[in-house]
Amino acid sequence: MNLFGNLTLSAFPHDPIIFGATILMSIVVIAVLSILTVKHRWTWLWKNWITTVDHKRIGIMYLILAFVMMVRGFIDAAMMRGQLAVSAGSAHGFLPPDHYDQVFTAHGVIMIFFVAMPLMFGLINLATPLLIGSRDVAFPFVNSLSLWLAVSGALLLNLSLSIGEFARTGWLAYPPLSELVYSPGVGVDYYIWCIQIAGVGSLLSGINFLVTILRMRAPGMTLMRMPVFVWTTLSAMSLVVIVFPILTVTLALLFLDRFYGMHFFSADFGGNPMMYINLIWSWGHPEVYILILPAFGIFSEVVPVFSRKQLFGYTTMIWATVAITFFSFIVWVHHFFTMGADANVNAFFGIATMIIAIPTGVKIFNWLFTMYRGRITFTTPMLWTMGFISTFTFGGMTGVLMAIPAADFQLHNSLFLIAHFHNTIIGGVIFGYFAGLAYWFPKFFGFKLNEKYGTYAFWCWVIGFFVAFLPIYIVGLMGMTRRLSHYDITTGWQPFLIIAAIGVCIIALGGVFQGIQLYVSFRDRKHNKDLTGDPWDGRTLEWSTSSPPPFYNFAHIPTVHGRHAFWDMKYGEAHMRPQHSSYEDIVMPKNTPLGFIIAAFALVFGFAIVWHITWLCAVALIGIIASVMVRSFDQETEYVVSAETVALIESRRHKTI
Amino acid sequence: MNDLTLHNHHLKADARTVFGFWIYIMSDCFLFAALFIVYAVLHNNTFGGPSAKDIFNLPFVLVETLILLSSSFTYGLTMLAVHHHRKNTALILIAITILLGLSFVSLEINEFSHLVNEGISWTRSGFLSAFFTLVGTHALHVSLGLLWMFTLMIQIVDRGLSPQILRKLTALGIFWHFLDIIWIFVFTVVYLLGTL
Amino acid sequence: MKFALKALALLIFAVGFCGILYYFTLGHSLGILQPNGVIALQERSLIIISVVLMLLVVVPVVGLSYVIAWRYRAENTSAKYSPEWSHSVLLETVWWMIPIFIICLLAAITWVSSKELDPYRQIIDENPTMTIEVVALNWKWLFIYPKEGIATLNFVEFPKDTPVRFVITADAPMNSFWIPRLGGQIYAMPGMQTQLNLSADTIGDYRGSSANFSGNGFSDMTFVARAVSSEDYATWVTAVQNSDNSLTSSTYEALVKPSESEKIHFYSQVPSGLYDTIIMKYMMPSTQMNGMDMNMTSADMRGI
Repeated sequence: MNLFGNLTLSAFPHDPIIFGATILMSIVVIAVLSILTVKHRWTWLWKNWITTVDHKRIGIMYLILAFVMMVRGFIDAAMMRGQLAVSAGSAHGFLPPDHYDQVFTAHGVIMIFFVAMPLMFGLINLATPLLIGSRDVAFPFVNSLSLWLAVSGALLLNLSLSIGEFARTGWLAYPPLSELVYSPGVGVDYYIWCIQIAGVGSLLSGINFLVTILRMRAPGMTLMRMPVFVWTTLSAMSLVVIVFPILTVTLALLFLDRFYGMHFFSADFGGNPMMYINLIWSWGHPEVYILILPAFGIFSEVVPVFSRKQLFGYTTMIWATVAITFFSFIVWVHHFFTMGADANVNAFFGIATMIIAIPTGVKIFNWLFTMYRGRITFTTPMLWTMGFISTFTFGGMTGVLMAIPAADFQLHNSLFLIAHFHNTIIGGVIFGYFAGLAYWFPKFFGFKLNEKYGTYAFWCWVIGFFVAFLPIYIVGLMGMTRRLSHYDITTGWQPFLIIAAIGVCIIALGGVFQGIQLYVSFRDRKHNKDLTGDPWDGRTLEWSTSSPPPFYNFAHIPTVHGRHAFWDMKYGEAHMRPQHSSYEDIVMPKNTPLGFIIAAFALVFGFAIVWHITWLCAVALIGIIASVMVRSFDQETEYVVSAETVALIESRRHKTI
Repeated sequence: MNDLTLHNHHLKADARTVFGFWIYIMSDCFLFAALFIVYAVLHNNTFGGPSAKDIFNLPFVLVETLILLSSSFTYGLTMLAVHHHRKNTALILIAITILLGLSFVSLEINEFSHLVNEGISWTRSGFLSAFFTLVGTHALHVSLGLLWMFTLMIQIVDRGLSPQILRKLTALGIFWHFLDIIWIFVFTVVYLLGTL
Repeated sequence: MKFALKALALLIFAVGFCGILYYFTLGHSLGILQPNGVIALQERSLIIISVVLMLLVVVPVVGLSYVIAWRYRAENTSAKYSPEWSHSVLLETVWWMIPIFIICLLAAITWVSSKELDPYRQIIDENPTMTIEVVALNWKWLFIYPKEGIATLNFVEFPKDTPVRFVITADAPMNSFWIPRLGGQIYAMPGMQTQLNLSADTIGDYRGSSANFSGNGFSDMTFVARAVSSEDYATWVTAVQNSDNSLTSSTYEALVKPSESEKIHFYSQVPSGLYDTIIMKYMMPSTQMNGMDMNMTSADMRGI
């Protein structure tokens, strides 16, 4: 038996770009580790962060993961734009195809699984329990496990940069290209396992938040009194629970094809590659709604607060959300109208797709009429919302256009498609999450973000987006297909691609401003401190506790009498604001390292199976099972916070106000 | 904190766990649904190799089925014993359930190795890949259920029939009966329809 | 005033930017916006009509959002303020109806156009339809003319104003066959057959490519689609038939091996049934292929 499986020295980088990236990553890791050692922060890290089951800290760690991965995903994007700007005619740019193909695959995988998903779970973790007046999520240990599984998946993906290679197949790894015949390297295996590991984490999170929302709402908060963000989260999590098992199965079958010589998706031996495309999109299409629905929820929280007005058409908003959730299941075929299905089938799925535009349009009208006759202040969350309306509507429009099968024959797989989904994901998902971050930041860090640099960042993102993606729409119409690393100079595409590269630089400038914003806000945190816990004059329960909230969130679980729970407490009739003279004991979950340990074993397992290191796979699997058993035998998973401790913490807070 | 509030807190938490477990079962349903769809798509893709008619031994599978069903029955009896606080009866019944489960898994392994020895392996065709994967995934679930059952058995010996154990046994019960239902589908879709 | 200046600057920038983009399109093929065949022409009209229909809603809505944002800004205390006003059956009905109306229109357009522009639908023309067999290889395109008994690599020629029925498969990972100026694309899949009906109304060379990523050599997997007069076409066919470069089984085996940026090749002779053999080798073991009734309909996406 070979101790290292298929892993040999040749797996380590030779390419100067990859070698440089490896060195850079190692330097960053070493730097972080030495800072931790020098400052004696290891115990602090272990006790307060790694073993924590507090949803707020877990949320913050999700955000850190998302931003670290966003840097890598963005570098990938910049490399692609740079390559295409120069690689025309006899020039072939700086990335050979086998490297370029890994870059665009990694870009897609990172941005969806390791940026958008962690951003979403981060915000959901931070906000949801507070919005529903709960002290934690339903299963705090599972929550920590989900986070660390996401981190393991991300680490495995980054390992592929230094050891071996990543997939060269595009982010959904269509077979037969992703089969062993055409992709003999370890790239696709890395792809499969980094997504599998993170995907299990997402599924667990989905179950966790579904139970949290359905079972842990404060007394009086009926379903139709839940904030819209909670509704959209509920919808998104239902989608997660239903579609992530399909993703797990699909990738598992691809793995069985590659590892055990099965024939699910091979072109011969009775396999069916078209089945993979159907399966992966029956996860993939709901996935984009998993990402966008919470963003819609954020806008529904932000617009009323900054318009100082109630949300217009709450009930229609909820029904629109439910309609989008339902229809997202029956549209997946629009991703492959060009496969040759019957005209009736294509037309059916095309029309089903367009129908989603109806509830989405209704939502936009509702936001507009929330602003109508309001008193709007244009803080950064509101700016991102305006940016969203100005860009997302056009992205939605090009989406409906591509839902017409006959039009899609000309637009599919072209850069028009690329521009379309970046238009919805940047303009919708990313702007939405940025709005949510700016909105909830003071709640979790105790100080507001700097508005000036936030505004600069906003303008860079919006202008950069248009400069980058309008030309891409145009070259798409001119017939340029996606995933090209080189093109003929006579096509006339080069000027557009150069402009697009400039657009990416402008977006990067936006990212720099966000970094400066974070630094400046932290430096001036004494001046923009949020002592009241309610910096925006908010309407929902999270603003009723301190900023940052104590680890138990609420000393007293609030009772809800209407849709605007906190607004009613502040401005409603006097009897609605509860007066408490005493505190009571609170039961809280204990910290545990097991989530971290299980995820670490999962990472080892992923690495071992990629390189066919059998003994290590066995060790890791036994480690996972043993850890789960240890957890099962643990009876002391909770502890009691005494009323005196609560009183002490609360009185300290009241003194600072 | 008085015992009553603590007790209420735990009751609520237990109810949540069971509810969460139901949701997990739902997502597992989707996992199996996907595998069944895959099987349905591939069941005729034999690529010139053996088809369902050629390889299945219905009486053998019927025995497997009866064993699994009776293990569900003994598990139900276990839960009755637990509710009546009869620790030893419960332990014996769990042991019987585990034995039945083990025989089911070993019969399945037997069936698989028999096929592979005859040269009918998962590499032969899309149909066989789908067959081995669908039935194998069920068997993997059963095996994990057995491991879980074994763990709980030790916990009962160790700690008696505490409310915590009751919660865990309830969840495991849902899982075990769910696997029965999945097997009924496997039996019908794969074996019965395949040999008809 | 300061705000107005900023807004003006932004507007000038936007207009200038669009001007620059327009300038760079001059003198180049506009792809799907510059159709040279009846299918591409109809697809362009479809795209333009749909976009205009949607812009009728989208532009007013985005405009309205700016108007509302400006009018109800917090500084403008003279604007009406109704913080509790949050529900209106009439208004909400109206904005359910607006998108429903537009989507109904688009759905009708979708239904009709899906059938009319179905890639499988033969183009009705006074000239009879000709068939060309297309095989996507790693990373080049092989075209087989079954009637003429010739084959071409990375080049396809046909008379203008003649409907061409492409039957398409792959002996490689999935690709997508696309000639933007003649019409939409369709996937080329191993062991499967798809069809695409196109025709050109102008003499010229059109860029064709694979639209679905298929590996390392994908970027340069392009071909030339040449539409000529029927006389020129006949001359060209005879010339190719008389050349001494023929496609044998062994040349085909060599072609299947991956290669990038292949030059254009012509083959005077093609083994009969080559195209069917390529599909069938994915459908059953080669030992069972002899004597099989090669019925391609079972391989077609639609069984026709």
